[in-house]
Amino acid sequence: MDAINQSILTLILLVPLAGALLVAVLPDRAKLPNWIALLTTLASFVLTLHLPIHFVLGQSGFQYEINRPWIESPVISYHVGVDGLSLWLVVLTGLLGPVGIIASWSAIAERRKVFYSLFLVQQTAMVGVFISLDLMLYYGFWELSLVPMAILIAMYGRKDGPKAALKFFLFTFIPSAPLLVAILWLYARTGSFDFATLQILIAHGNLPAAAMCWVAFAFLFAFAVKVPVFPLHGWLADTFSEAPVALAMVVAGKLGLYSMLRFHVGLFPVQARAAAPYLIALAVIGILYGACLALVQRDFWRLMAFAALSHLSLITLAIYGLTFTGWTGAIYQILNHGTVDAALFLLLGALEVRYGTSQINAYGGLAAKLPRAATFFVIATLAMIGLPMLNGFVGEFLILSSTFTGVSRSWTIAATLGVILGAAYMLWLVQRLFYGAESKLIASRPADDLHFREWVVLAPLTVLMLVMGLAPSIWTNSIQTGIHPPDLKGSAALPPSVLQISIHGEVQR
Amino acid sequence: MNTLLDLILHFLLPHESLFRILPEVVLTLTGVTIMLIDASLPIGFPRRLLGFLAAIGATLAIWASLLQLSLPAGSSFFGTVETSPFTVFFHVLICGIVLVALLLSLDTLPEDSHHQGEFYALVVFGAVGMCLLTGAVELLVVFIALEISSISTYVLAGYRKQTGRGPEAAIKYFLLGSFATGFLLYGIALIFGATGTTQIYEIAHLAPSAQNHAFVVAALALMLVGILFKVSAAPFHVWTPDVYEGAPSPVVALLSTAPKAAAFALLLRVVYEMFPSLHALWSPLLWVVAVLSMTVGNLAALRQQNVKRMLAYSSIAHAGYLLAAFAGLGTSGIAAASFYTAAYAAMNVGIFAVITLVSGYEEKLPLIDDYRGLLYRAPLLGGLLIFFLVSLVGIPFTGGFFGKFYSFSAAVDGGAIALAIIGLFNSGLAAAYYLRLVLVAAQRHPDQNAESAVPAPQVGVAVGAALLLAVAATLVLGIVPGEVLRAAQSGAHTLQAPPADDAVPAMTVMPQPAP
Repeated sequence: MDAINQSILTLILLVPLAGALLVAVLPDRAKLPNWIALLTTLASFVLTLHLPIHFVLGQSGFQYEINRPWIESPVISYHVGVDGLSLWLVVLTGLLGPVGIIASWSAIAERRKVFYSLFLVQQTAMVGVFISLDLMLYYGFWELSLVPMAILIAMYGRKDGPKAALKFFLFTFIPSAPLLVAILWLYARTGSFDFATLQILIAHGNLPAAAMCWVAFAFLFAFAVKVPVFPLHGWLADTFSEAPVALAMVVAGKLGLYSMLRFHVGLFPVQARAAAPYLIALAVIGILYGACLALVQRDFWRLMAFAALSHLSLITLAIYGLTFTGWTGAIYQILNHGTVDAALFLLLGALEVRYGTSQINAYGGLAAKLPRAATFFVIATLAMIGLPMLNGFVGEFLILSSTFTGVSRSWTIAATLGVILGAAYMLWLVQRLFYGAESKLIASRPADDLHFREWVVLAPLTVLMLVMGLAPSIWTNSIQTGIHPPDLKGSAALPPSVLQISIHGEVQR
Repeated sequence: MNTLLDLILHFLLPHESLFRILPEVVLTLTGVTIMLIDASLPIGFPRRLLGFLAAIGATLAIWASLLQLSLPAGSSFFGTVETSPFTVFFHVLICGIVLVALLLSLDTLPEDSHHQGEFYALVVFGAVGMCLLTGAVELLVVFIALEISSISTYVLAGYRKQTGRGPEAAIKYFLLGSFATGFLLYGIALIFGATGTTQIYEIAHLAPSAQNHAFVVAALALMLVGILFKVSAAPFHVWTPDVYEGAPSPVVALLSTAPKAAAFALLLRVVYEMFPSLHALWSPLLWVVAVLSMTVGNLAALRQQNVKRMLAYSSIAHAGYLLAAFAGLGTSGIAAASFYTAAYAAMNVGIFAVITLVSGYEEKLPLIDDYRGLLYRAPLLGGLLIFFLVSLVGIPFTGGFFGKFYSFSAAVDGGAIALAIIGLFNSGLAAAYYLRLVLVAAQRHPDQNAESAVPAPQVGVAVGAALLLAVAATLVLGIVPGEVLRAAQSGAHTLQAPPADDAVPAMTVMPQPAP
């Protein structure tokens, strides 16, 4: 078992890559690329499940750690590991792999080799971001995750793919320039790219405060664009309406939000505290702005884009509330957002394949024709808007209650208004798509309810929403072992071994 | 194998001076042999075999350079030619580029083209000049080496003389290049006037105490103009797009990398070894040139419609990224610059190889729009094009990333944070035009018939080998850069060795402290 524990993260990282190579090498015959991709993602999902099963609860610090030197000078090491913060995000990435493949099963008809191999590379890159504990390694995966996404959006865009791809790429690539400079500056000052070492050196070293402000800001800016936070969301709607379904599920949120928690708040607690009031304000604006825009969209992908902006802003609010409960809720809500969005995107993608449009007003009265699709859609919608017993409720409750008690009442009230608006636009969407009079388009096509493969994915996702709503402690217990809000962290809590590393690092300088 | 090696070393070691210029000797012999065979072959006889001969010569030269590592660092021929890990690094790099360019030309030069034999001979002679340039430590030898390499590249640039663009490119390159060489020569003359010597180490020794300090400064400035022209850094870059557009693509693969590598080696030698005392003067100058090059290059590239012109401007921008490394402190700056040269060469040769195959020797498809649907028409070439472009953007796990990474981390180390920020924003800007080509290649052609009308290019064995080498180099530099970086660093150490310390123990016996 030890051997597995010591190599599991490498395996999770390499299995999709191996699958990508296999897809690229083997011929594009029948459904061969689809099957290889599906089996690969299933295998890596099973591997990710190993993590929570053998995760030691209550043990702080990183588990399943691997730390091997990679490049001698500058010192970059292959240092990976998970803690409560990243544990479930890795599993979520693993879960969304097969879901994404199923969602593209018949939607992607040509150049399947390119699609599936790049999709698998994307999986590797995302897992890499979540498990890297070396800043350079992290940056590597962070940048790598852009390329497959941009190429796939360009190739499979619905109307003007290349334009959306360029927008997406530049929006996320340019802010990573200051991020890299900031990382290099930290290295020049501390001689380390290692997360844990840096954390201590920043907390105890005498780095110039003014420069640290800029460094922290560079980190924050790169992450805020990726999330996206309110004024930086320009790429979101175009990307959502152009990206293939499987990629739209993963493009927003997770990477940026996790990075904020780990690398902005985690590395620069002082600067994060200073930036928090502004971010809270932006987050609340984002919640309301996103919800209002979602209300008036005519295209359901764009509606989902602004809904995502609203929901992701809520999570940003929780992160910069800087409370223990809020952070638990933030991670939990990322998981919810991932599962619920996956189900909704799968269903919307299925509708688009069947009826060939994403214009909401072309639909109507679908429930009679596709009863099973309607059922799943309604359940996912209810989960998204936070109906008790479903997962969205737990996350929103944790976030809003912690903001209410720990941050500010007025902001909470404003944010709750956004949640109400969220219920409005989602239920209205359900009503326009599935109920009311049957539209001409719907009447003109034969009824074609969910296929077996779609059902096979949606049923477990729905069960998951229910379980996550009823027994959140399965998740929150392990999430909380990874959370150390800044006020709980003091010099007394430092393990001596880490201090030695840091001193050694200083001597090396 | 080992005994053979021993045998060769046994034969060579007594002739140390010869050993120190062995790669140049090998290349010269290859070139002369090619010329002789070419002259004696009947007119209609295919000359392709000569290309293989040249490729073998380049491979042997790489091997000869690696053999030189067994020599202690030092110079021969009255202190004019040096051998050290630094020169070996650049020798291997230049010969590697020449090898790939030769393999590329083998399959793409039309079978019936005139003077094929001369083409291969010129490439090899150019390599002699470039190799000698990296090893020369005497300014007149530097000048001669630069001329050898320049003259053969002038001729190669105009190789497609039946088109209008070829001779135009050659004449522009020749005229502007001669001016630049003139500047360099003036610089040499002035520094000789100021110090009375042309030996680089002696100049380094004498320059700080030279009576005519103005002469030394003027010499530095003039020499910088000459060298920066060769690396096509702004504001001395105007020749680049025209020459790249007019010259045949396999030649551009060579032209945009090998002479630049040699010129950067010379630049490193001049600023770090010859004028370390003037650091305060050349460092801000190179800062400005770096910023100018990347900004001008990238802004101009954004507006290009012709792929080769776009890549020409991109190469100007890359010269800027490379110059950013000169803001680094001593060894780390030199190592970063050397590494960047290698990474840039790997990906640039690769992309020009792809372009040669796609648009053909006659360049029937020169525009970005002509690449539409390449990924569907020729999946292998399309994939490789995207791969090399991704590396040029600087995405991690490719050579381009570590090149930029080391260059900018050297700059940050040296305190030039503004330069690093400008540089990285520039690389974001650059992503826009590289990505435009990627997206065009990944986009379906609106007219399906037009797609099948263009025949998919054939990838021959030699070109396949060239592409494989370029891909392998780009990946190795991006995933396991340790080995190459170590070579660059050991090169940097030899360049950094202060000449005074080297010279003193040789002349006077220092009392050794008891251990």
